[in-house]
Amino acid sequence: MTILSYLKALNRALHDELARDPAVCVFGEDIGVGVANVTTGLLKQFGPDRVVDMPISEQAFTSFATGAAMAGRRPVIEFQIPSLLYLVFEQIANQAHKFSLMTGGQTRIPVTYFVPGSGSRTGWAGQHSDHPYSLFAHVGVKTVVPSTPDDAYGLMVAAIRDDDPVVLFAPSGSLGVRSDVDIAGLAPVPLGVGRVHRPGTDVTVVAVGHLVQDALAVADQLAGDISVEVFDPRTLYPFDWDGLASSVARTGRLVVVDDSNRSCGIGAEVLATAAEEMRLAAPPKRVTRPDGAVLPFALELDLAVQPSRDQLRTAIQEVMKA
Amino acid sequence: MTEPTPAGLYRTVRLIRRFEERAIELVRSGDIVGGIHPYTGEEAVAAGVCAALRTDDIITSTHRGHGHVLAKGADPARMLAELAGRTTGLNRGRGGSMHAADFSLGIYGANAIVGAAAPIATGAAWAAQQAGTDQVAVNFFGDGAVSQGVLLESFNLAALRAVPVIFVCENNRFATTMRVEAAVAGTITGRATAFGIPASTVDGMDAEAVLAVATEAVERARAGGGPSFMECHTYRFDAHHTWEHRARPRYRTDEEVALGRSRDPVDIQGARLDGAERATIDAEIEELLDAAVAFAVTSDKPDPADALDYLYADGLRTRLGVR
Repeated sequence: MTILSYLKALNRALHDELARDPAVCVFGEDIGVGVANVTTGLLKQFGPDRVVDMPISEQAFTSFATGAAMAGRRPVIEFQIPSLLYLVFEQIANQAHKFSLMTGGQTRIPVTYFVPGSGSRTGWAGQHSDHPYSLFAHVGVKTVVPSTPDDAYGLMVAAIRDDDPVVLFAPSGSLGVRSDVDIAGLAPVPLGVGRVHRPGTDVTVVAVGHLVQDALAVADQLAGDISVEVFDPRTLYPFDWDGLASSVARTGRLVVVDDSNRSCGIGAEVLATAAEEMRLAAPPKRVTRPDGAVLPFALELDLAVQPSRDQLRTAIQEVMKA
Repeated sequence: MTEPTPAGLYRTVRLIRRFEERAIELVRSGDIVGGIHPYTGEEAVAAGVCAALRTDDIITSTHRGHGHVLAKGADPARMLAELAGRTTGLNRGRGGSMHAADFSLGIYGANAIVGAAAPIATGAAWAAQQAGTDQVAVNFFGDGAVSQGVLLESFNLAALRAVPVIFVCENNRFATTMRVEAAVAGTITGRATAFGIPASTVDGMDAEAVLAVATEAVERARAGGGPSFMECHTYRFDAHHTWEHRARPRYRTDEEVALGRSRDPVDIQGARLDGAERATIDAEIEELLDAAVAFAVTSDKPDPADALDYLYADGLRTRLGVR
């Protein structure tokens, strides 16, 4: 077994796909140097025609990837900052995503977009700290948020091989996660399949991205009193509704912890679907950022708007009392 | 495809003109829902540029895109069926006027967001360059696009990497209702030369003049000389969109329109043919379009149950709005 870090897992996934498929190429800013520590070494091995440093023109190079994809390439784009996805929302949501339907299936756009460091990095303030995965799930772009190194590897590989656009969020809070893995056993993780990280019988906690680690820690804290099942959807769109339903069928109770703003976040969709389609013994709860949150700079304020372990523990206890 | 001969150019400008006139009739009759952006008056640009291309070359088009799609060789019957929302349409009725595409002919689609196709064409041309083919891509856009950031960003990317893309600006003098003088600071060609891209202005009413400049640009791109820019001076004879036929917004005078229409690309190219040849081509086109209209309006309409077919390349089925 080998200790694999989350960042190294992403790097390995890019490396393996570049080596496997000559159609794969990587675009982004400062990726030759590898300032985000994900693309390190790739330029040297694969050259500037496969690992392409781009000027600061996110909108152009995002649709440039769409055009290259139409012509047979399989581009991967690194964005250094999560809010850049707002800048290129037109290019992803209104262009890349729509070509398959609008052309009656004549073309496909196999582009992967990823952000190494989504959500708050602590101290980066309002314009570098958002976590807009729910926006992409809302418009129907395939959206993945891996929480562990093996899933980071497997979901990145699956995203690159997928024939549709896929956005991969690598949460800042996950980048430091390391795990003991069998490198030879690393494999693609199919999109749309969740993962139960910890089985339990009293309550299902749906945790997204870095919040999986928080949910596991809270489950440990509560272990003597409450048996918590931690369900990591891994893919937010398409969501593993069957996996969630079978978990809720076992537990009958549901809490969601989601780093979105509250209104229209993925947590809202999970609760709505559970209310419509699943049998719950108690009203469900969600722990999210506040409605319309803009992340303030000061450390205390930054932390105050992110979902916390204390909030999650309280929510679980309240759902158990109801 | 448009043949690079006087008759070939005439055939295409005439085909586009009559196609648009028939399409406007189908808008009026209700067979085309949602209306169209007529290309009448600008036919020489599409004909002249596409006559310089091969079938495997790539184009991207605009909301006013019928002319580009036809000039690149798309079947007028399937194009008209697309406008009428039929399953036999180029896009199986899923795209309509503003998204018509035929990837088998390198037509990477009309695009409904102004300027949005510039990076798509640039990226496609880059992919061709990387693959070692000598294909080129042409990005058509209007004067309204030259103030869009993504267009200028694309000029930069194309010039940096000597990408074989040709940027074709159709300056028809209006962005919807806004005059080019009110919208554009500096010059249009100056935007290209600022990035080191060779730029030409050309009489966009003369298909042969357009062909000559386009041929030079295509040769440069195929030889590894990178991008070129063409500003084609033209005039939009009809409405921005057929919606104007009812709304009648006043932004240009009848005299001005009459003056603009006095140089007609169909007549300019037609005058280069002898009368008999021109009459033969005209008759062939009428026959072709009669058949195309009949094909379009008698083709099957799609089944509402198939509304989200083709949404995902892998056939993923998503949850419906009511369960």
